[in-house]
Amino acid sequence: MNTPGLVGPVVALLAAPLFLGVIHRTKAVFAGRNGQPMLQVYFDLAKLLRKGAVLSRTTTGVFALGPAVAIGAPIAALSLLPQAGFPSLIAFPGDFVLLAALLASARFLTMAAALDTGSSFEGMGASREATFSALAEPVLLLCLAAAARVSGSASLTGIVGGLTEADWQRGAPVLLLVGVALLGVLLAENSRIPVDDPATHLELTMIHEVMVLDHGGPDLAWIQWGAALKLWVMGALSVGVMLPIRTGSAWLDAASFLAAMAGLAVAIGVIESTIARLRMARVPQFLIGAGAFAIVAIALILR
Amino acid sequence: MRVLLDTLMVLLVFTNLRLLGVSRLNASIRTVATQGVLLGIVALLANSGHLTLRFIAIGLAGIALKGVVFPWLLLRALRGAKVRREVEPFVGYVPSVLAGVGSFLIALWVAGRLPLPGTAASDLLVPTSLSILFVGLFLVVSRKKALSQALGYLVFENGIYAFGVGIAYEAPALVELGILLDVFVAVFVMGITVFHISREFDSIDTTRLATLKE
Repeated sequence: MNTPGLVGPVVALLAAPLFLGVIHRTKAVFAGRNGQPMLQVYFDLAKLLRKGAVLSRTTTGVFALGPAVAIGAPIAALSLLPQAGFPSLIAFPGDFVLLAALLASARFLTMAAALDTGSSFEGMGASREATFSALAEPVLLLCLAAAARVSGSASLTGIVGGLTEADWQRGAPVLLLVGVALLGVLLAENSRIPVDDPATHLELTMIHEVMVLDHGGPDLAWIQWGAALKLWVMGALSVGVMLPIRTGSAWLDAASFLAAMAGLAVAIGVIESTIARLRMARVPQFLIGAGAFAIVAIALILR
Repeated sequence: MRVLLDTLMVLLVFTNLRLLGVSRLNASIRTVATQGVLLGIVALLANSGHLTLRFIAIGLAGIALKGVVFPWLLLRALRGAKVRREVEPFVGYVPSVLAGVGSFLIALWVAGRLPLPGTAASDLLVPTSLSILFVGLFLVVSRKKALSQALGYLVFENGIYAFGVGIAYEAPALVELGILLDVFVAVFVMGITVFHISREFDSIDTTRLATLKE
């Protein structure tokens, strides 16, 4: 059994809601409020897990499958991702495609569960999610392919865990482009502000929140925890590519990784506080911009 | 040094894509200004091995003109013309960005085959400058507002400047400074023209100029 490989996923499971807490606190500071407690997301999850779920009679098994995969797929993705110098639980050449596929399957089942309710409002959200993720996914794969080429490895262990300062000195422009594109994908995939506002409910422009309106109790808790984990996965991916700090000491590596994650959470909070959400019609343009960076990065490598 | 130059080149490509994707005119003007300042830094860095008074003068004059004077003149023209954004260009923003990416790919391909005297300071300098040239021309033909077209002209000149500082170490300073002076006069005249077009037609949409034919 690969015990060090368990450290990353377990820490992520416990710390992902705190990541959201840091974002909320940053936004509160920008808005001049005291804000909710840092641990509020944990309290919400605990409250939801104690409740019972109400299931509509029109729903089928697909509706129940949505939340299960929404939490299960990110956990499986975490086991592929090396974090903070700790190895991943499972590693094989090409595992970054599996990571993208796991995130995609979680999204697919969330959309299927939304359609299963028969609510036109949820169907609208699913349609938007499908449109935008069709644009975001190729960008993610292009970014990972570019980083794989720079690091010379086809496994996430090499792409995220194996990038060194030497790689940065050689391929700084490429990695810079990949980092910016990854940040764009992170904001789009996790329904953060330039694309979707996670704080609003019942608004005609929202995407992710509208799809989970009919889930309640533990189901909603799994979905929210899964969303936090997905944000953590994408964040750890970006941090791994952008800040390859390898001191050799496990404690220093872990501390720098956690500090970088906290910095990323603050950065997301700052972005959300300073940028207005894009109009729906402008979102594809945002994602195509991120895709343009990824294509330029690939072109620079293959040159 | 090479990594720093390469990163600057990537930032220049970034300004290119932003120019193609942004619709607000004052954001476009600021982006062109940023591009000018980046080019000035490139001019100073690319020749840092044999930095003479001539290169310092060209670099600093470029930064001052393109980063401060031109944006100031154009923003003043913009205020006079009372236009905020480029509405409905001939080519939309998404196709424009894709064209920008395509131009960079073609420029990379062409630059590998171009016989050049001497070596450039960075492998990316020639493709980047070719791509800036293309974006400048593209802006001139695909945008309707006179101010956007003036910006396209400036971007085109930026491309020539980038090509020049990277390749032609031996071009006389007089020529470089002469070009800068020409561009300065051109921007000055364009600012006045924009003002006159906007006063005559209540708009700086150049398609309106077709009514002058009869």
